Amino acid sequence: MNQAKFRRFLARNSYLFALLLLVVVVLINYSRQDNLFEPSVLNRNIRVFLPLVILAAGQAIVIIGGGIDLSVGAMVSLCNALLVTWITPETAGGDILLAITLVALVGMAAGLLNGIAVAYLRLQPIVTTYATSFIFAGLALTILPRPGGELPRDMTRLYRRLIEVDAFGNIPIIQDIPILREIPPAFIVIAIVLLLWAFVRQTRLVQYIYAAGDNAEAAYTTGIPVQRIRLGTYVISGFFSAMAALALTMSLGSGSPTSGDAMTLDSIVAVVLGGTRLRGGQGGIAGAMMGVVILGVIRNIISFYDVPTWSQTLVDALIILIALAGPGLVRYISDLIRRYRLQGGRAA
Amino acid sequence: MTEAKAKRSSSLPNLTRYLTPPVIALLLAIALFLFGGVISPGFVNPNQAINIVRLAAFLGIIAAGQTLVIISGGEGIDLSVASIVTLGAILTFRLTDGQNELILPVLGVVLLVGAGIGLVNGLGIVFLRIPPLVMTLAMAGVVQGLILQVTRGQLEGDTPDLMSELIAQPLIGPLPGVIFLWIGLGIAMWLLLERTPYGKMLFAVGINRTTATLSGVRVPLVVVLTYAMSGMLAAFGGFVLLGFTDTVFLNLGGRYLFPSIAAVVVGGTLLSGGKGSYWGTMSGALVLQLINSLLQAQGLPEATQSIILGVVLLVLISIYGRQRAFRL
Repeated sequence: MNQAKFRRFLARNSYLFALLLLVVVVLINYSRQDNLFEPSVLNRNIRVFLPLVILAAGQAIVIIGGGIDLSVGAMVSLCNALLVTWITPETAGGDILLAITLVALVGMAAGLLNGIAVAYLRLQPIVTTYATSFIFAGLALTILPRPGGELPRDMTRLYRRLIEVDAFGNIPIIQDIPILREIPPAFIVIAIVLLLWAFVRQTRLVQYIYAAGDNAEAAYTTGIPVQRIRLGTYVISGFFSAMAALALTMSLGSGSPTSGDAMTLDSIVAVVLGGTRLRGGQGGIAGAMMGVVILGVIRNIISFYDVPTWSQTLVDALIILIALAGPGLVRYISDLIRRYRLQGGRAA
Repeated sequence: MTEAKAKRSSSLPNLTRYLTPPVIALLLAIALFLFGGVISPGFVNPNQAINIVRLAAFLGIIAAGQTLVIISGGEGIDLSVASIVTLGAILTFRLTDGQNELILPVLGVVLLVGAGIGLVNGLGIVFLRIPPLVMTLAMAGVVQGLILQVTRGQLEGDTPDLMSELIAQPLIGPLPGVIFLWIGLGIAMWLLLERTPYGKMLFAVGINRTTATLSGVRVPLVVVLTYAMSGMLAAFGGFVLLGFTDTVFLNLGGRYLFPSIAAVVVGGTLLSGGKGSYWGTMSGALVLQLINSLLQAQGLPEATQSIILGVVLLVLISIYGRQRAFRL
């Protein structure tokens, strides 16, 4: 493969660096924790990551479309507060589904507000979603003034328990792989999201998102409804925030008016770690999801290496910084080498 | 060009010319202050005004570096200011240990450390092409981690008496020193932006990096220098803030992070870069502080305050924070 082709391959598959990083951090984790791939351990890890995984996927779509959403964390808090207010241990099954549907609609309405402000009022995304995050955080605090609430046992159990699969029956080898017999529910959620994405990735609508993010003016002149597309990405992000809140609530079993606040910046770091550039028009949600798992596994590793409490923040931040610098560092060094070669060639 | 525009709109030639975003923000601040007097009697008095300007001064000083970074464009933003503010305050607290004669040397150390952190930000952004948002965010984590690593949560030290006397307490008449410091910084920033080659280059870089490069501006140097200055100014902000708080805690600067960006935007500086002023940021800081004080004076619940603040911010940025419309 020649160099130009290789570069194009890298650009098309922006998540490759994230995949490499993911393999490295998982192997490091595995070297310290040999039961990592046991279904119960894997389940415990991935169900903690799932809310941020979903959130980062929504964030990635907004960023690909040329925006950014700083209100995702506040939307999670709001939806978390609503879920524990509308669902109590006594709520019947049908009402639970109704509540979840309503919360999804609230998330989409919140996203709609962001979308209208950014796409139609043409406000700058960073400050706009920062401003709306105050509105959502205030609403969350009004609905649920202090942490509390409780979900029905069945809901939290559904989220925690491994799903036993008999589908592979007596097929040799496969029946001996524990993780294929007992699947963490979070895996199924992630698989569904990724499959859906793969399915819609080539549709015209999703191509429009990429075009609008890459060059809004050019997209507009070729007849792409840039404003409607932008609006759509924020509504999707609102929906994903509601789903992230559902996962978070099922994972915690209770609510807090500030439960999602810390997730906003992590979701952006995960998107960038996943190879999506912040300028838009490129990347994907698979990389963003890998980014979240990388962040989580790094934190696992730190706790397994007995890093002193006071050094944990520093080690964590340094590893993230190095991971962020990775692709740039590779490019910088390869540029230096090429320049050196060119000079050598000229001298000879 | 602004003159030509002003001449064309013949009905209000002078008004439109002078109604620049910083002026609008300043008028807005005055209007808000008077509005405060209407909704809560006793809000309008000299002491209250001085207090608000004093509180705005801290935000304004912290937002100075943010202004430069945002003008430099290229998605420029500095999310590390908050932790550098905390670091600056903790360094001053620890190194002076309450000794007045150590204030100046420690200030030198604080400025150097801040500039060093900003320099790393700039190098990562320019040479490793890490997006500013995540580069400075990761740096914020590193600085916070360094603070924890070194202090181990034990914040020992003391604030020199002279600092709170010079900064927070009435210095000339009823006016505290920080107000004069802020005005001084305002003049320095104006000179830097409008009267130095650096300022000219900064705006050129912010408008269009390619044309700046073609006209002989060393873009990487300007950008790295800008982030270094932002770090230095944030550390200075922490130093000044210590004179007001008298004590330090691990998240001292945290609540200034996004307000520092909001102040810049409310002051009419474009987030896309190339256009803006520090006067605008100063007015923006005043407006934000006034809204905060007004909301607090009403004794509203925290949740309601948050919602109102969000709505007011949306209204503020929609006045002139709008991007260009698409045109065929």
